[in-house]
Amino acid sequence: MAFDYDKYIRPGKLPHIWCPGCGHGIVMKGLIRAMDTLKLQKENTAIVSGIGCASRLPGYIDCCTLHTAHGRAAAFATGVKLAKPEMNVILCGGDGDGTAIGGNHFIHACRRNIDMTYIIMNNYIYGMTGGQFSPCTPTGHKASTTPYGNPDPGFDIAKLAIGAGATFVARGTAFHANQIDKLIVEAIQHKGFSVVEILDDCPTTYGRRNKYKSVIEMMNRLKEVAVPVKAAEKMTAEQLQGKVLTGVLYKEVKPEYTEEYAKVIERAKASK
Amino acid sequence: MAKKVAFMQGNEAAAHGALYAGCTFFGGYPITPSTEVAEVMSVELPKVGGKFIQMEDEIGAMASILGASLAGAKVLTSTSGPGLSLKQELIGYGCIAEIPCVVFNVMRGGPSTGMPTGPSQSDVMSAKWGTHGDHPAICLVPASVQETYEEVIRAFNLSEKYRTPVMVMPDEIVAHMRERIVFPEPGEIEVVPRKSPSVPPEQYKPYDTSFGDVPPLAAFGSGYKFHVTGLNKMQDGFPTTKAEIVQAEEERQVRKVDANVDDIVTFEEYMLDDAEVVVVAYGSTSRSARYAVNVAREQGIKAGMFRIKTFWPFPDKQIKALANRVKGIVIPEMNLGMCSLELERCAQGKVPVLGIFRVDGEPINPDQIVEKIKEVK
Repeated sequence: MAFDYDKYIRPGKLPHIWCPGCGHGIVMKGLIRAMDTLKLQKENTAIVSGIGCASRLPGYIDCCTLHTAHGRAAAFATGVKLAKPEMNVILCGGDGDGTAIGGNHFIHACRRNIDMTYIIMNNYIYGMTGGQFSPCTPTGHKASTTPYGNPDPGFDIAKLAIGAGATFVARGTAFHANQIDKLIVEAIQHKGFSVVEILDDCPTTYGRRNKYKSVIEMMNRLKEVAVPVKAAEKMTAEQLQGKVLTGVLYKEVKPEYTEEYAKVIERAKASK
Repeated sequence: MAKKVAFMQGNEAAAHGALYAGCTFFGGYPITPSTEVAEVMSVELPKVGGKFIQMEDEIGAMASILGASLAGAKVLTSTSGPGLSLKQELIGYGCIAEIPCVVFNVMRGGPSTGMPTGPSQSDVMSAKWGTHGDHPAICLVPASVQETYEEVIRAFNLSEKYRTPVMVMPDEIVAHMRERIVFPEPGEIEVVPRKSPSVPPEQYKPYDTSFGDVPPLAAFGSGYKFHVTGLNKMQDGFPTTKAEIVQAEEERQVRKVDANVDDIVTFEEYMLDDAEVVVVAYGSTSRSARYAVNVAREQGIKAGMFRIKTFWPFPDKQIKALANRVKGIVIPEMNLGMCSLELERCAQGKVPVLGIFRVDGEPINPDQIVEKIKEVK
């Protein structure tokens, strides 16, 4: 029997705003399947986003949803989670929202290791504003504000998250749809700050400026560049040239922020 | 039983006032001259099971309290000038999404880094016009340590009652001076709880105006599912660009304050009954003004003081009435004429408005005010 997505979709809120060929819907379906696998209670789950195409995702899901200001999802979500640690808190948004204007909140949420899951849909571009380059646009590529090619080097979101202290970091792609929910399930189950980067596509504002002839070609690129971490172990550096590792890239157990703060409360009460 | 008495700073009093009001969440970022608020909250909040978090920046601090408020907590942040500038976008978010919160801003010299330890009153316009777009504004300007304590409680009450951010803005003198404070007993000062929904979750809409201009706000994690956005929204919380809805919602948000000015605006009248010259003052400047009025009276000048306690909404009605019966208004303030503009607007040219403006980090002393009172003919 086909999976019933409707039970997590808010009645009357579809169709979504995403363009034909955009991968955000694939990610949303993955999130819904993950929520279903984990039997997350909708009333007890907050989905928090910033601004941009990917940040419109929470509006479609029947939970406590918070569409914040540009870049601020992690900071709002930190307030929700610390005030109510018993809630499941999931963040989502795009690469520009999360790593440029929201970069500071992102790295500090990683550092605190607060028990939330951040799904970053990386389509290498600011889509909603019409295709300006983001901190993830590859060097040399074209955007509406890099008409002669992007001079900036791009961020590796997963490395950034690991470096900042996130204790679970995974990467998938919009092409590998069946892997997305599995990565999200594992991320949510992980105690601490987990980051799931999904390599995505934006045919409308990125693809057409960078000589992709079709959505299929963009999806095929995701298929070609992705190498599962296990498979990469058997590959040479030469073979890995231009490839992107997918799967669970990093995992460690470290004290979680809200649990540590509960200890602060215990110590404060004892000191009265 | 004798009441508990202490000798403390305005900033410390602010933190204790917040605790009295039931604050359970503080998100902040270190900044002179308001840091003592954060320090006291970091000590006291966990003792009562509350949460203190020092965020990565001022914006994050503001975001964290908005998130915590949506999760049901009564929330506070404290800051000063440059921090207020950074918080402004999200203060606007709090206004449009209608999230109760209290922003305690100690006014220091500006613009930019300015004089971090110097007193100022130059954020009063920022309190109303700092965030973009039309929005309601409530700003309280205490003049003593005791009043800072009580006004922080009132700020929490107003923010819950009207479901909107409220600012408390002492100048640096009030924030850092130490005075005697008498703590109220529990229950002595009213504490307003948040209006929770009475309808079952499936019928709940976060901006349901069938409950009036201030719809009940459910908490995340309390069984209610709903959407919150900074976009112009409909009663169910979802975004819209429909002209008639946007217009009506914007007007309602502002009306929450405009239609309740008499409930919100507070002031003190000192020797105004027969006054021919009125000194309008607020914050620490009002302490010099009171002294100056006494000196002027001793010299046979019929002077009085109107002390602004609620800067926004501005006491239009009271100032307009004064302008009809006095010969002149004197306004001492630690900026280059901000309150002065409001007074001129209310006076409508009927009487002169004479300003004493200092931005050099020094307080305005009574002699300066007495001299200005004498200029009124």
